[in-house]
Amino acid sequence: MRHPVLAAAGPVQSVDWVAIAPVAVPAVVALGLLVADLFLTERRKPLLGWGAVAGLALALLALLPLTGRERATFCLTTDATACGYTADGFALAIQLLVLGAALLAALLSLTTVADSKLPPGEFWFLLLSSVAGAALLPAARDLATLVIALEVASLPLFALIALRRGDRLASEAALKFFLSSVAATAVTLLGVSFVYAATGSLHLRGVAEGLRDVDPALSALAPAGVVLTLAGFAFKTAAVPYHFWVPETYVGAPVPVAAYLSVVGKTAGFSGLVLVTVYAFPAYAGTWGPVLAVLAALTMTAGNLAALRQRADAAHGAVRLLAWSSVAQAGYLLVPIAAAAYADDPGRAVGATVAYALMYAVVNLGAFAVVLHVGRPGARVADFRGLHAAHPLLALALGFFLLCLAGLPPGVVGLFAKVAVFGAAVDAGLGWLAVVMAVNVAIGLVYYLRWTALLFRAPDAAPARLRRAAPLTAALALAAVAGLVLSGAPQLILRFASGSLL
Amino acid sequence: MIALNDTVLRLLLAAVVVLPLLGAVAALLPAPPGLRGRGPEQAVLRHGVTVTGLVLLAALALTAGFAHDRAGEVQAETDVSWIPALGVRLHLGVDGISLPLVVLTALLTFLCALYSYRNPPKGPAPRAFVALLLVLEAGTLATFTALDLILFFLAFETVLVPMYFLIARWGGAGRTRAAGKFIVYTLLGSVVMLLGLLLLGLRAGTFDMVALAAGQGAGLGRATQITAVLALGVGFAVKTPMWPLHTWLPDAHTAAPTVGSVLLAGVLLKMGTYGLVRIVLPAAPEGARFFAPYLAAFAVVGILYGSLACLFLVRDGTGGDLKRLIAYSSVGHMGFVLLGIATLTRTGVNGALFANVAHGLVTGLLFFLVGAVKERTGSTELDQFARGSGAALYGRAPRLGGLLAFGAVASLGLPGLAGFWGEMLALLGAYHPADGLSRPAYLVFLALGAFGTLLTAAYLLLVVRRVCTGGRETAAAKLPDVRGYEFAAWTPLVVLTVLAGLWPALLLGLTDPAVQHLLPGVSR
Repeated sequence: MRHPVLAAAGPVQSVDWVAIAPVAVPAVVALGLLVADLFLTERRKPLLGWGAVAGLALALLALLPLTGRERATFCLTTDATACGYTADGFALAIQLLVLGAALLAALLSLTTVADSKLPPGEFWFLLLSSVAGAALLPAARDLATLVIALEVASLPLFALIALRRGDRLASEAALKFFLSSVAATAVTLLGVSFVYAATGSLHLRGVAEGLRDVDPALSALAPAGVVLTLAGFAFKTAAVPYHFWVPETYVGAPVPVAAYLSVVGKTAGFSGLVLVTVYAFPAYAGTWGPVLAVLAALTMTAGNLAALRQRADAAHGAVRLLAWSSVAQAGYLLVPIAAAAYADDPGRAVGATVAYALMYAVVNLGAFAVVLHVGRPGARVADFRGLHAAHPLLALALGFFLLCLAGLPPGVVGLFAKVAVFGAAVDAGLGWLAVVMAVNVAIGLVYYLRWTALLFRAPDAAPARLRRAAPLTAALALAAVAGLVLSGAPQLILRFASGSLL
Repeated sequence: MIALNDTVLRLLLAAVVVLPLLGAVAALLPAPPGLRGRGPEQAVLRHGVTVTGLVLLAALALTAGFAHDRAGEVQAETDVSWIPALGVRLHLGVDGISLPLVVLTALLTFLCALYSYRNPPKGPAPRAFVALLLVLEAGTLATFTALDLILFFLAFETVLVPMYFLIARWGGAGRTRAAGKFIVYTLLGSVVMLLGLLLLGLRAGTFDMVALAAGQGAGLGRATQITAVLALGVGFAVKTPMWPLHTWLPDAHTAAPTVGSVLLAGVLLKMGTYGLVRIVLPAAPEGARFFAPYLAAFAVVGILYGSLACLFLVRDGTGGDLKRLIAYSSVGHMGFVLLGIATLTRTGVNGALFANVAHGLVTGLLFFLVGAVKERTGSTELDQFARGSGAALYGRAPRLGGLLAFGAVASLGLPGLAGFWGEMLALLGAYHPADGLSRPAYLVFLALGAFGTLLTAAYLLLVVRRVCTGGRETAAAKLPDVRGYEFAAWTPLVVLTVLAGLWPALLLGLTDPAVQHLLPGVSR
């Protein structure tokens, strides 16, 4: 966490271990599991998975003592306000999302690791490393930590996707993801170096101040740096034009990894984007605001149109549809960030993104859990026909998750999350974006509802055999209960949208 | 009428909204011992009748306890904070505008449940049917009682999914397509409406409808009001439906099961016009005034278009479908409602509200009757069951034929029946529209609307001639006449149609004070 620039400033920085516990715990557990893998017999290997689940639960508990008061650590010894790590409301909310989603994804992975004979030691090490990176990201307050966290979050994913050895689809997916991701990272680093050159600081606050009055000689460098940095983060969020890797990668990856990628991977990108735009580049709001607004509009439209064109009987259709839907949802998530450029109180707008991301995490993981339950590699959407007749609860759960994604009652939480996003757009005066989003919500409804309706049709074949396993059921139940509770009390997540976040 | 404690009233109103929801959940669970009936199907259908019956009783008790001398004020008010982050409150209440609609909804849903008890819809198991019916009821009742913009939107949306499934699973030919069209149109409309609600609420600083109505657009600039009314108007116009956004309606009606059609026409369409009166008129008066002439023009086109479409459909050899015909006639009737609203006068708006309720009663009855015809003859296509000289319902099933003729003359606005007053008052309002609106334009609308009533009378009489009369040989093939449960389901509608026609003050006495409240400073 210490980089040369800061180390040169003086003696060792103090470290607040409690504050960084949510990040440190997964990292330590990851290393522990990698070592333990060497000493466990083949029969005992499943313990590793439970160790990972326990580690994630522990990391979630470590969030508890941090609520209430903002804590900062890795501060400069010369300037106590310039800190590399801050556990504020935004960081905690995203960490809650990342760790909770990772916990669900880990529960989903337990059976997949056993079924597909994935190497357990490597799998859990990679997963938890990625979690550590994603948890560090929202708390990072300097550009170096930010880039490192982003890489720690995404590098293990390449390996995770390719872990199904001998699977051509998997290696192709990993390669596609790797190449585009590395290109994006290179662009980001170039952007960061430009910004550093122009402002002389890596701390987000220092950058923000530095960008207010840039040396006229560097006036071309600063905006170039801003744009390049944003372009790199846009990739991680799978925004247009970086969305082509998504469906192939999701289909090629093991399903729980796709679920993880769709939620945690995306959240990492978003929190990074929020940090650089709202914290570091407020001076250039006039530049990134319209750019993000256009990106949001293009992303949701591209994702929804592609999802709409999905045929029910296409191979891997279920995961592919969720992949395109996740692209569309990324577009909705971008809307409040774009609105933050115009709003008087960017915290409110960012809170809408956080609230939406929390809702999306719960219901999207729930939908993936059902897909995994119904099993059958390469499940088509058509395979879900008549699910209600054979497994009513499962069908009701999937229907609920899909309606949450669509934003229709009884998915009340999805509806209100959309209301919060719309509210941010309208409040910021981005009427056109709100209208584009409205049209997109209606398009999205078509394919979500088409799938939902299929669940309740008369079955045309023998009912699908379920993959029954306790952890799968537990993950599904957790997601369903969370979705239902949030639908009754949306305030639990929407309070982030009320403005105290930044 | 009856002095009821305010707390009791509040509880009654909460029960009206919450009971159907609880009932829907209960319908999905296995029946407890003692309530199993003759089998799971019968038990769940009976459960539907019980719950909707209780809701109707609660609604009637609410009406009895409602202080009719203060009909302009919101009564039985509940106001609890729900989502402080968005400023959303669970704010419910009724006044003279919403009370008739609440009772109408409760009544029609009860009658539908009663009808389905003896005549379950053809399709998958009735368990889900009853649950969906109850969710639909909860959604509509919440729409008519919500006093918070976002809560209103939530209730408005709640109706979509159950209606979609009612059409898509229990409907007739072409149901999947029709259901899809229904939901895409109305959803697109309601998302745009949401934008309008948010714009209104965020700029005015409150989502509370009572405060917004009291403010009369205070603090909202002209541009904001116009934008908001445009967005809200599109949403409500799709639902109403207003020409040219009506194309989902005929398909949905044709494919929907009888009960779905009754509720769609009787209750769901009212949500659009209710929203216009409740939200648009008082909260953004300047925007409403800007769009009123356009609304009136579209309304008049709708009246003429609906009647002409019906005139075409009723002709021999055009493949006209009776359900589709009544759907088009709804476009015409709702045109009168919109015209009444667009006059921005007390007379016109009262007429619109009256026509709203009357249309619910009469069209609900007509869809019931057409459903019965379909059940007996196997078709609603006029060319099939009314070949040649006609279907001769008078001869084959005299009571059914008589009721159909009654529904038709009530629908065409015969004085003395419910259909008359609303359309008369709407046209009267257009004779002297609110200040600032072009009187000559409205006189043209008036003339065209009056011509529309002639066309309406023409096609409805033609329907009666084709369906009720016919040759001797056709009349010989008897059909089963009206059955007991059908009488039970239809009699209340017939009685209320006559009652509202003979004693309009019953309804106008409720709506007028509330309209005065929403349109202060309007003298006519």
